[in-house]
Amino acid sequence: MHGETCPILVIETHQLTKLFRDRKRGEVRAVDGINLRCEAGQIYGLLGANGAGKTTTLRLLATLLKPSSGTIEVAGCDAVREPEKVRARIGFLSTGTALYGRLTAREMVEYFGRLHGVGEVLLQERLREVFARLGINEFADRRCGQLSSGMKQKVSIARTLIHNPPVMIFDEPTVGLDVMTARTIVQFIRECRAQGKTVIVSTHVMSEAEKLCDRIGIIDRGRLLVDGTLTELRTRHGLTDLEDIFVRVVEGRP
Amino acid sequence: MNGRAIRIVFGKELRDSLRDRRTIISMIVVPVLAIPLLMFGMGTVMFKTMAQARQEIPHVMIIGGENSPKVLSALHAARNIQIVPATADFTNQIAEKKVRAVVKLPPDFDAAIAHEEKARVEIYEYQGEMKSGFAVENLNTFFRNLSDATVQERLTRRDVPVEILKPFTIQRQNVAPPAKVTGNALGGILPYIIIMLCLTGAMYPALDITAGEKERGTMETILCCPVGRTDLVLGKFLMVLTASVGTVVLSLFSMGATFLIAKRAMADSLPREVLQAAATLDIGGLAGVFLMLLPVAVLLSAVLLMVGLFSRSFREAQSYCGPLMLVAIVPTVVGMLPGVEFKASLAMVPLLNVSLVCKEMMAGTWHWNYILLIFGSSCFYAVAALAATVWMFHREEVLFRS
Repeated sequence: MHGETCPILVIETHQLTKLFRDRKRGEVRAVDGINLRCEAGQIYGLLGANGAGKTTTLRLLATLLKPSSGTIEVAGCDAVREPEKVRARIGFLSTGTALYGRLTAREMVEYFGRLHGVGEVLLQERLREVFARLGINEFADRRCGQLSSGMKQKVSIARTLIHNPPVMIFDEPTVGLDVMTARTIVQFIRECRAQGKTVIVSTHVMSEAEKLCDRIGIIDRGRLLVDGTLTELRTRHGLTDLEDIFVRVVEGRP
Repeated sequence: MNGRAIRIVFGKELRDSLRDRRTIISMIVVPVLAIPLLMFGMGTVMFKTMAQARQEIPHVMIIGGENSPKVLSALHAARNIQIVPATADFTNQIAEKKVRAVVKLPPDFDAAIAHEEKARVEIYEYQGEMKSGFAVENLNTFFRNLSDATVQERLTRRDVPVEILKPFTIQRQNVAPPAKVTGNALGGILPYIIIMLCLTGAMYPALDITAGEKERGTMETILCCPVGRTDLVLGKFLMVLTASVGTVVLSLFSMGATFLIAKRAMADSLPREVLQAAATLDIGGLAGVFLMLLPVAVLLSAVLLMVGLFSRSFREAQSYCGPLMLVAIVPTVVGMLPGVEFKASLAMVPLLNVSLVCKEMMAGTWHWNYILLIFGSSCFYAVAALAATVWMFHREEVLFRS
């Protein structure tokens, strides 16, 4: 399962829909018939305002939620029928570092490695490699609760990488981070692509999407409104600035 | 189910909890130090003040008793009361605890006794106040003795033997061995203590690894691992159960140890029954009680996990735990009441059934059919609660409730 060759389309959804029942608002279509296609070795940016359905879409891809209807295929596996296979092939990094404060950085990453079924010998090997690459060694045996936010972010990244997944899912990874830490994350996402991983990242920061993404999808009220490379979007709408394109697409919606 | 995954989750949760000061306090410090200190501290203070109150000679006031030097001098001669000068506001004096009781004698009391006329002695007290009670006890004894002596004197005067007043004697004989006497006394309170310890030991870790994880965002990351949700929740459950049972075991050991030390240190000041209790504790009964309470620990751990899973935050979970404590306490306390006896219809009431059957077991009565029935029903509740917890852990609207 580690480092296997990925199919050309690594993430593909068909008419993906997620309904929530809300006591006040009744039935809410958080994700409404989305057809998503992410190619191997590319960074796909999911762009949308708060509450547009980005997090729900990513949670569906990560099999944290089950779709109300539609299909999801991630790295050749069906997310509804084989959720555990999908989870073994993804690394999920969400807003906030989500670490266990009382575990050391090493224990934290080891725990997730073991949960991903990485054998002990391979685990130690991967640990050395990932820790060296991210510069974690100097604080590897300190408890996560005592680390700075930059260090925490690195441990969090190490956690998503320990099983060497072919697909990475990032849910607003730079929200609330200082400039330096945010740059580390952006750099890390690029490295993932360089290693041939497929990345899907949600954001509402236009400049980030512009710099980072090979393909951009604009999502609003649960629907994927447009989808294409930055060049394609620019030609289609006759605008150069991504923010202008975003506003036109969202406001132009009937 | 995957044993390896459950073991990994359990190991991590245990290590994580044991590094948490709050778990250490609720699981180790409170049961090992605080509970025995409290129990024996309170017990010692209570025994000491009781003994002190008994030793203290109560101040008593005498009102009236004109022309009755005989009874007055007898009262003054009594060693267990101290006569103080009479004042008009004697009821206030009692209320202000300056005197503990007041005796009101009718005029010409001595003469009335001598002439075999009816006389009435009134004793004023402050009911419910311990020291006043002791004073009244002493006065009662004094007047009962006086009454007995008077009767005896009158009978002798008439040449009637005193034995005519006692046509027969009564002698009480105890057939319960000392262990059963202790068991009866302890059987009521022991299940209560164990159930409370199960709850307090499990509460903090249960909420921390559910609601606490939701709050910190680690729940989402852990759910992204290719581990079955059943395995995850079972690993967590085993950790909570360990905390719960660990708290009980540690508490019982520390209570036993404190008791032995206290017994040696204060062999003279402790009441005889307490010393006897320690010497004759029924180990078989104790083991039986422990075994009966194991499914209860499972039930309580599972219920606490459900509360934690349902809650959005640790604080919300804590606010549910107050009422939950009450729900657990009521049946247990009902079982502790001396009059409540075991009935077949109560065998299905969770907590109450175990509480009642444990009382019987500690007293040395083993109704095997009831014991099996109750153990079975407790196991059923435990398994049902655990199944509900697992089911809840599979519900995305519970895990991602916002």
